[in-house]
Amino acid sequence: MKLILAVIKPHKLEEVREALGDISVQGLTVSEARGYGRQKGHTEIYRGAEYETNLVPKIRVEIVVEDGFAERVVEAIQHSARTGSIGDGKIFVLDVEQAVRIRTGEQNDDAL
Amino acid sequence: MKLVSNLCRGAAGVTLAAFAAMPAWAQAAATAAPTVNKGDTAWMMTSTVLVLMMILPGLALFYGGLVRSKNMLSVMTQVGAVCALAMLIWVGWGYSMAFGDDFSSDFLKQFISNFDKAFLRTVTPDTTAATFTSGVAIPEYVFICFQMTFAAITVALVLGSVVERMKFSAVMIFAAIWLTIVYFPVAHMVWASSGKFFAMGALDFAGGTVVHINSGVSALVACLILGKRIGYPHEPMPPHSLTMTGIGTGLLWVGWFGFNAGSALEANGSAALAMMNTFVGTAAGGLTWMVVEKLMGHKASALGFCSGLVIGLVAVTPAAGNSGPLGAIVLCSVATVVCYLAVTKLKPALGYDDALDTFGVHGVGGMVGAIGTGIVYADYLGGPSKSDFNMGHQILVQLATVGTTIVWAAVGTTIAIYIAKALTGLRVSRETEFEGLDIGEHGERAYNY
Repeated sequence: MKLILAVIKPHKLEEVREALGDISVQGLTVSEARGYGRQKGHTEIYRGAEYETNLVPKIRVEIVVEDGFAERVVEAIQHSARTGSIGDGKIFVLDVEQAVRIRTGEQNDDAL
Repeated sequence: MKLVSNLCRGAAGVTLAAFAAMPAWAQAAATAAPTVNKGDTAWMMTSTVLVLMMILPGLALFYGGLVRSKNMLSVMTQVGAVCALAMLIWVGWGYSMAFGDDFSSDFLKQFISNFDKAFLRTVTPDTTAATFTSGVAIPEYVFICFQMTFAAITVALVLGSVVERMKFSAVMIFAAIWLTIVYFPVAHMVWASSGKFFAMGALDFAGGTVVHINSGVSALVACLILGKRIGYPHEPMPPHSLTMTGIGTGLLWVGWFGFNAGSALEANGSAALAMMNTFVGTAAGGLTWMVVEKLMGHKASALGFCSGLVIGLVAVTPAAGNSGPLGAIVLCSVATVVCYLAVTKLKPALGYDDALDTFGVHGVGGMVGAIGTGIVYADYLGGPSKSDFNMGHQILVQLATVGTTIVWAAVGTTIAIYIAKALTGLRVSRETEFEGLDIGEHGERAYNY
């Protein structure tokens, strides 16, 4: 099993969700996150007081799928989350050791 | 006699009531009692509650949105509590000190009135307060309530510079002393017919001196004595909700029509002029700030717009019924440019932590407004003066009033703050300041998600 962890622009979430639905991804977890990469942050000014904001709002999407399916998921996210400008985000793929469905106790691929 | 004939013009019911109360009127008419007009009275009652709306929730939201979320409730609570305290003190001794009967001493009566009306002794539903038209009056209770809201908002304004670090107990003690030794005397000097500045001919339509210079200078002195917030100016302290600040700004603007147009004390042309100026002067202030931001190479900002609107309101306050609309537009635009420089350049250069810019907005805006009123008042600039208006002399009078108020407010605030410090310690603990005053001082959190 693979964990696909994608950090994307917040306004791209709906497109990513649709693209994943199109390839029949069963479920995903979304959380609000803040961070920076090459994009760095931006400057905010309140009555002349300037603040450098390094951390910009992002959305973190987590999906766990069977090994053979991971590549298609990565591809779907990469296409749907892309705007072409700096700050589009990143996708990470990690190995997953075990999965358990809490309701039934099913394990690994059966639990996904 | 005019009183009786006016009332008898009404519907049958009113006429009946009029006859029922005839003996009392006959007496009043014999001493040429001033006429109480129902339209004036209704307008003044409306104005009074509009000013209350400026404080709660207007100022509470305006200020509250500007602090960090951990201090939201402390700001709202402080604003509300000093407002309530000011009301009680006002009927206790404030009204008597500001607008009571004259002291027999010619020296003393310039600064305060005597205490004969303390706890509103001698005030009844039948007693009246004079307006600016001879022979026309409003019920004294209405006048007392109207002026009460001015005392309440002024002391609440002062708190803008000391938020996020001053103890609640210290705020309350400071408020009680400050009202007594600063606000009541200054209100008397400017607005009571025996007051020092009133006698000099100072122009202050709705309280540019009494409310704004007074609160602004007091705020500056208070924050200098209290000291900076931990982390200021290195740590970011952005406003936690400019949405709330925006709502507060709108409530302030709407309420300000009661404040300015109500200060005519009648529903007449002077009130209409004040209303007009409170529209256009304010609009000019809001747009001017955004233009200045743009010229300085920044984006036109929401907070800038709100700040400019409030500066416009502050600057137009002394000029409301004392300027033509074009004069008010110019005056408020100039005030906004000056305040912009005070807030964005002067404050960082001098390093004081006037947290919500009470001095930069109300103090500086009030000074520009008060002095500028001596200019825009001129008939040849569209103002309501007579043709023999002496601008040079008027500006000197305005400057003397401003100067005296600055000194009075600074000295009085110093005394009030040090008394509060001796009794309470003045400042919250380091832990409370980090954790936020909401939890530390009030045991609550503004937002429980």
